[in-house]
Amino acid sequence: MKSTQELYKILSEQFGEEAFELVEDVKVAPWIIVAPEKLQQTAGFLRDEPGLRFDSLMCLSGVHYDNDNLLGVTYHLCSTTEKHKLTLKVILPSEHAHVPSIEQVWKTANWHEREAFDMFGIHFDEHPDLRRILCPDDWEGYPLRKDYQVQEFYRGMKVEY
Amino acid sequence: MGLLDKKFHDSNIIVVTLENALNWARKSSLWYMQFGLACCAIEMMATAASRYDFDRFGIIPRSSPRQADVMIVAGTVTLKMATRIQRLYRQMSEPRYVISMGSCSNCGGPYWEHGYHVLKGVDRVVPVDVYVPGCPPRPEALLEGFLHLQKKIMNESLVEGIDPAKPVVIEDQSGEKLSIKNVDETDEHKKAQIEFPQQDAHRKPSGS
Repeated sequence: MKSTQELYKILSEQFGEEAFELVEDVKVAPWIIVAPEKLQQTAGFLRDEPGLRFDSLMCLSGVHYDNDNLLGVTYHLCSTTEKHKLTLKVILPSEHAHVPSIEQVWKTANWHEREAFDMFGIHFDEHPDLRRILCPDDWEGYPLRKDYQVQEFYRGMKVEY
Repeated sequence: MGLLDKKFHDSNIIVVTLENALNWARKSSLWYMQFGLACCAIEMMATAASRYDFDRFGIIPRSSPRQADVMIVAGTVTLKMATRIQRLYRQMSEPRYVISMGSCSNCGGPYWEHGYHVLKGVDRVVPVDVYVPGCPPRPEALLEGFLHLQKKIMNESLVEGIDPAKPVVIEDQSGEKLSIKNVDETDEHKKAQIEFPQQDAHRKPSGS
């Protein structure tokens, strides 16, 4: 069982300190911010490394940080064998929100990433099937962005009351 | 139902208008299309189950729109689903009826303001005959909706140009009013506020 601080140390030694940032001065559980270009390697390492064995991606969420106009993805990982948990975050500019897909590491990310794409417009590169999952394919805009303006009509149907 | 309750003593001949016989047959076997959209569907299923027993009114579910007479829109209609509902409605053979069940389907329900994905009333895509209020409505309420629909069907006419939803005044030769058919004020009151963007060939809704 390893704490986030210990995991941060392990990751920094493995991939270099500049790719990670530990955020622990918070009232909730600490998290690690990962550089998008190191995400896939980090994910594969966390899953396969003996002693870490993060075999479960519990949740993958999109976030819109309205004040800084940034988008983000949060990954909640869990190891059922080692009994520890980890929160990873990726921060992205909202104009060009591209992040590597981790579908190859945890298959469950497939639909989660599609949902984040649907709701926030975050593009997951190398995703095998990046389509909208909840909204119709011809929907305009990304509903969970803070500056979302709903379209007036959808296929001739008025959206507003 | 009342017809069969009567006992026949003298003969087995009954005299009835064709209109009446057709309407009676039609209202006594309302097959509804079996689909549910949200929690209202649970109440619909409860209504169909043994405790409330839809079948005693001749109301049974059909799994194909081609075989269905009435569509119960039981639940939240998302915009994505609305396109499908309209297609299913068009696949139903005429005469066809729609019962809007529950607040979501009537007017958007709790999603009326912030539900960007919800159609604010299924009557925007298909013409609705009976609105059943509730969130979700109890089985008794849905049954009452069906009874209202039966009443409406009994008022249908073979004569062209008579809309079962509108009050019809029949006059005799001297111009005196003989009877008023099809009065259902609550339904009429609701229909007046609704605009239908999609037109239906058979029953053209009011508004645009």
